[in-house]
Amino acid sequence: MHRTVRLAVSVLAATSMVALVGCSPTAEDNGDAQTLKIVYQETDSFTALDTLFTKIKPEFEAAHEGVTVELQPIQANDDDYSTKLALSQQSAETAPDVFYEDTFRLRSDIDAGYLLNLDDHVDGWDDWSQFNEGAKAAGMGDDGSIYAVPLGTDTRAIWYSKPILEAAGITVPWQPESWDDILKAARAIQVSQPDVVPFNMYAGKGTGEGTVMQSFYELLYGTGDELYNEDEQKWVVGSEGFKDSLEFLKTLYDEKLAVTPAEALDANVWKKVFGELFPQGKLGGTVEGSYTPSFWQEGGSYAWPEYIDDMGVAAFPTQDGDAPQGVSMSGGWTLAVGAKTKNADLAFEFLTLALNQENALWYNINNSQIAVRTDVASEPSYLEANPFVEAVTDLVSVTHYRPATSDYPKISAEVQAATEAVITGQLSVDDAAAAYDAAVEGIVGADKVTE
Amino acid sequence: MTAGLIASAPASPASAGPAGRGGRRRRPSPAWRLLPVVPAIVLLLIFLAGPVVWSFYGSFTNASLTGTNAQNPAWIGFDNYLRLFSDPVFPLSLWLTVVFVVASAIIGQNFLGLGIALLMNRANSAVVGVVGTCVVAAWVLPEIVAAFVAYAYFSQDGTLNQILAALGMTGPNWLYSFPMLAIVLANVWRGTAFSMMVYRAALGDVPIEITEAAMIDGAGGAKRLFLITIPMIKSSITTNLMLITLQTLSVFTLVWVMTAGGPGNQSTILPVMAFQEAFRFSDIGYGTAIATVMLLIGAAFSIIYIRALRPSKG
Repeated sequence: MHRTVRLAVSVLAATSMVALVGCSPTAEDNGDAQTLKIVYQETDSFTALDTLFTKIKPEFEAAHEGVTVELQPIQANDDDYSTKLALSQQSAETAPDVFYEDTFRLRSDIDAGYLLNLDDHVDGWDDWSQFNEGAKAAGMGDDGSIYAVPLGTDTRAIWYSKPILEAAGITVPWQPESWDDILKAARAIQVSQPDVVPFNMYAGKGTGEGTVMQSFYELLYGTGDELYNEDEQKWVVGSEGFKDSLEFLKTLYDEKLAVTPAEALDANVWKKVFGELFPQGKLGGTVEGSYTPSFWQEGGSYAWPEYIDDMGVAAFPTQDGDAPQGVSMSGGWTLAVGAKTKNADLAFEFLTLALNQENALWYNINNSQIAVRTDVASEPSYLEANPFVEAVTDLVSVTHYRPATSDYPKISAEVQAATEAVITGQLSVDDAAAAYDAAVEGIVGADKVTE
Repeated sequence: MTAGLIASAPASPASAGPAGRGGRRRRPSPAWRLLPVVPAIVLLLIFLAGPVVWSFYGSFTNASLTGTNAQNPAWIGFDNYLRLFSDPVFPLSLWLTVVFVVASAIIGQNFLGLGIALLMNRANSAVVGVVGTCVVAAWVLPEIVAAFVAYAYFSQDGTLNQILAALGMTGPNWLYSFPMLAIVLANVWRGTAFSMMVYRAALGDVPIEITEAAMIDGAGGAKRLFLITIPMIKSSITTNLMLITLQTLSVFTLVWVMTAGGPGNQSTILPVMAFQEAFRFSDIGYGTAIATVMLLIGAAFSIIYIRALRPSKG
C-alpha cells in the first residue's frame, strides 16, 4: 500500500515537473507581453516628446524588471499621424499601449473604442489633484469619464515683428483693437516696405487644422457668431460672422497683404513663416500659437535668439473691438492608454511617469506649452522660460475650444475648403459660405444644424 | 492537317503523362490534375480577389476610422453611392480623371512612345542608346522619387522656372496655375518608356520584306506607316493602350506629391478623392465606394480594348 502511495506521489511529482516545464514557455510568453508600445508623433520641428520618452524609457525599465518600453515615433504631419494611429488601432497586434492624442480627436476616438477609461486609475493617482479643471475636462469623454491626460495646452495670439512695425510708423507694443486696425497696419507695412509680407493668416486645406486654429476661428469667434451651439448641440450655418471672416481672409489675400495663395496652400508654409520670413525680417505679423518660441529658442528647429527682442505678442482683436477685446483658441495634446492594451496598469504607470512634475516641467518649457499642472505653472523656471509666457498664458481668459464632437474633423475640413475656395477666387464669399452650409448639413443631417 | 499538327505540337508536352496516354483527343482532365495550381489560385483569391471583395463590401457600409462607426460599422445599402452621385466634387473628379487618362496615357504616352520607337528604328545605335536611357530613366525611378523630381521641376522656384528665368522669362507657378497640365506632363514623362518599349518590340517583328515590297511599289513614308506598319502592330497598340490606361487610372503618388489634388479640387482625380475621403476624413465606406467606381471605369476601358483586340486575332 505504502508503495503504491509512494509511487503515486512520485508520479505526481514527475508529472508536475513536466507540467512546470511545459508552463515555463507560457510564463516567458507573459514576459514577452510585458512590452509597452508607445506611439507618438515626431517631426523635424517637434522632437520634445521623443526626447522626453527616450529619457524616461531606461528609468521605467529599471524600475520594472522584465518590462521593455518600445518607442514607436511616427514621422508625419498631424493629419497623417492621426491616420496612421487610427490604422494601428484596428488590430490588437499593432494597437499602442500608450499614445499621443490631439484633444480635438479625442471624443471621436473614444466613440471608436480606442481609448481606455482611466477613471479607476486616476482615482489612485496622487498627482491628479495637481491638474487644473480645464485640463481634466480636456481629457473627458461624453460620458464624463476620464480617457486622457493633457501634456499641456496652448493659446493663439498675434506675433509681430517690432522692427517692421516701427519702420511702418506703428508704435510698439502694438495691440490692434479691431480687424480694421490689422488691415490698416498691414497696408502701412505694404506701402513702407514693399518686399515684406505685411500680415499673414493661414488659409486653405494645406495647413489643415492650422488654418482654422491659427486663423479662421480667431476671426469667427470675434464676430459674436460661433461654429457650434453648445446649448442646442447644433452646428451653426448661414451666420453673418462666417461670411465676414471669409471676407477678411479674402481681403488679406486679394490685397496681397498675406503670402500668395499658391504659397498659402503649401502644407509647409508654416515652416517658411518660422524658419525664413520672421528671422529674415520679411514678415510683419501672423497669428500663431503660444508654442511659437519653441521653434526659435536654443535647440529649436529654427534657432533665432534675437526673437526675444524682435518679436512682440498681442491678443487677436474682436471684429469691432467689442468685449472681451480679445480672441484666442486653445487645443493641446494628451497621453492616453490604448483600449486594447494587455497591461493597463503598467501603461498608466508609464503615463504618470511622463507627466510627473519634473517631466511635465521639462516638457512645458522645451515645447513652449502652457502648463496644466498647478505645481508646474508656479515654478519660476517655467515662468522665466521665455519673455512671452505671461502674455500667452493670460489669453486663457479669452480662449475658446473647438467643439469636441466626433463630427468635428469633417466640419473642420469643410471650413478649410471654404477658405481655400475664397482665397483662390474659385468661389465668392457667399457661394463658399453656402457650399459650407450644404456640406455641414450633409455631414450631420438637417436636424443638427441651426441658423 | 499538317497545320493542325503543328498547332497542337506545343500542347503535347502538357498532355504527356499517364492521363495523356488515352489518345490525343481532348478529354476532360481529372480534377486532381488541377492540384498543382491550387496554391496559386488560393493565393490569388486571398491577395487579389480578397481586397476587391472586401472593398466592394465596405462600400455598402459606413465603416470609419474613428467615431462610433469604427466600432460597429453598419450596412447602409446604396447610401454611399447615392451620396457620391450627388457630391459636387464627383463629376469634376470624374472629368479630371478622364482628362488625365486621355491626355497623359492615350495621347501623350502612346503617341510619344510610338514616335520615339519609330525614330529609334532609323537612328544609329549611339542615339538609340542615349535616347533610350533618358526615356527609361524616368520609368525605373520609384514612383515617389519620380513624383519628387516632377515636383521639384514644376514648383515655383523649380528647375523649369529657373530655366525660363535664365531665358529672361518669368514662369507661372505651374502646380498652382496649371495643375492638370503639370501632372499630365509629369505622367507622360514618367510613363512614355513603357509604350516605347512595347512599340520597339512590336516594330522589330514587322518583316522588313513587306516594308521593302511596299517601298518598291512606290509607297511613301506616311503610306507605309499607315497601311503597313500600324495594321501589323495593331494588337500591340491595343494591348499597350489597355495597360497604360489601367496604369494611369491608378496613378496616385505622383499627383498626391505634386498637387495633393489642389488648388481647391482642380486636380482631384478619383484616386486622390478616394484617399482623401477614406484616410483624411476617416470615411472608409465612402472611400471604398469611390474605389469601386474606379474599378468599374477600369473594367469598362478593358472591355472596349478587349473587343478591339478580338478581330485582329482571327
